[in-house]
Amino acid sequence: MEKILELKNINKIYGEDIKTQVLYDINLDFEKGSFNSIIGQSGSGKSTLLNIIGTLDKPTSGEVIVGGVATDEMSLNQLAALRNNTMGFVFQFHYLLPEFTAIENVLMPYEIKHGKPSKEILKKAEEYMILVGLKEVKNNMATKMSGGQQQRTAIARALINEPQIILADEPTGNLDSDTTETIYELMREINKKLGTTFIIITHDKKIAEKADRIIEIKDGKINMDISR
Amino acid sequence: MRLGLRIAKRFLRSNLGQTFLIVLGIAIGVSVQVFIGSLIQGLQKSLVEKTIGNSSQITISSNTDEKRIEGYEDLLESIKLLNPEIENISIANDNAAFLEVEDNSQSLLVRGFEMEEADKLYNILDRLEEGTYPQEDNEIILGIDLKEEYNLELMDSVSITTTNQKTIDCVVVGFFDLEVASINKNWGITTFETSKNMFETGDTITGIEIQVNEDSAFIADEIATHIVDQLKDPSLEVDNWKAQNEQLLSGLQGQSLSSILIQVFVMVSVVLGIASVLAVTVMQKSRQIGILKAMGIKNSTTSYIFLFEGIMLGVFGAILGVALGLLLALSFTVFAVNADGTPVVALYISSNFILLSGGIAVVASVLAALIPAIKSSKLNPIDIIRNN
Repeated sequence: MEKILELKNINKIYGEDIKTQVLYDINLDFEKGSFNSIIGQSGSGKSTLLNIIGTLDKPTSGEVIVGGVATDEMSLNQLAALRNNTMGFVFQFHYLLPEFTAIENVLMPYEIKHGKPSKEILKKAEEYMILVGLKEVKNNMATKMSGGQQQRTAIARALINEPQIILADEPTGNLDSDTTETIYELMREINKKLGTTFIIITHDKKIAEKADRIIEIKDGKINMDISR
Repeated sequence: MRLGLRIAKRFLRSNLGQTFLIVLGIAIGVSVQVFIGSLIQGLQKSLVEKTIGNSSQITISSNTDEKRIEGYEDLLESIKLLNPEIENISIANDNAAFLEVEDNSQSLLVRGFEMEEADKLYNILDRLEEGTYPQEDNEIILGIDLKEEYNLELMDSVSITTTNQKTIDCVVVGFFDLEVASINKNWGITTFETSKNMFETGDTITGIEIQVNEDSAFIADEIATHIVDQLKDPSLEVDNWKAQNEQLLSGLQGQSLSSILIQVFVMVSVVLGIASVLAVTVMQKSRQIGILKAMGIKNSTTSYIFLFEGIMLGVFGAILGVALGLLLALSFTVFAVNADGTPVVALYISSNFILLSGGIAVVASVLAALIPAIKSSKLNPIDIIRNN
């Protein structure tokens, strides 16, 4: 299978005077279209790893290669464009823009890339809203939706530019178990339907076990890496 | 750019109360500026108008012992021809004499004018309290103060004794009020012909009085210098109102400076106000900026958001401010009035000045938005993501 993401000897050290090493020599590859989960205790470094994969954070040393392209020499604007084109983010606290409606939030990555949305893209956004089951509330302000609805909106937003990779950091962390189930099933469905690569951080073992591959991070090192 | 504008609009709309307060802050600054500016300009205009509006701005006199100018007709023609700024030009034949009313006697400056020309300069006709201006020989008009002092009535006869001890009886055909006590007490105005005969001055005069057009009033000194160059006659002296009113001019200048100073400080406080509020907005919106950056928005676009906010706040603030300022000015002219109903200070509303005030507010708002714009572009999305 084609590699969509490669991490080579990633180290991350925080602090100038008192140095804290968070990640130690991480080497990881992710295959295109795979559904991966990362587990680990809080403070293990899994979120830092995801942020480095998403080019939001820079490793202290090591290389992040996205779709065969090294990112360490890229400018801030190039990184922004890379994120916009190839990655979708879903965070635990869903991070919608409260000033915009659900569908406007979904369209935002497209607008960042292309400007004013066309009729086709509006239709596509509506289709994604149907896909995540939010047809009825698409014109609600982001703040006027339940937690589950906001998270599903964030997933639709992550999809709008048809990215190759979706990075999710505990996307169901503050949702009840029924909603958690729904969200995972939705992501799995998108993974199968669109061939999008998923890398999901979770602390929920039950959910992690449903993934194609489970990577456990412990004290900044890969403790376990099993594929089904 | 477009996305920046769209997000800026949404940010402003999402917190209408705060937006309104900022706009109001700018508007109050602009309105104070418009009001004070119009007030001071109006004050200066009316002061200048009162000082030089109905008097000679450039006066040509002779510095010979006799103080007389000969061949004035040619002189008038050439001065008028060479200086297009001149609006009114009038000759004067001024002579000292004594006014005798019954047993009383006082000194009197008898001014002989070509009445039509002099009226344009001094606006004598409008300033006649009673009667008319002198047209026939031996007709004279006196100041309103003399009327009260000597209980004079229209068509009364007064005797005028020249320095040559010649006494002529004149008929008082009117009383003027030139709003200066010393003039009202000491001037007698008559026709040029009467004064010529009375003082036996022949074809000579004592002075040429000139008013320039409105736009040239403040370059009267330059015009006066031109005239000196053109006349090439050392026996003629050319004086101008600016040289005679240095105190007034420095007063006006001081007023202008203090007005500018007030306006600058008002604007500085407005800029600081907007800058601090917008800086707080960046903090408020840092979460949104972080999300947008994670989604791949460019740093420049996030800067545009705050620049557009600055422009929009500036434009709305300027519009509201101009409206408030004009309202304030209007109410000032309506409520702060003299006993006769005229405004204490006639405001001078200049559209250029208003445009300038509005423009300054917009520029100031954009400048104030620069700091948050730069701040937002430097915001690192990971700090937002990590801290939540």
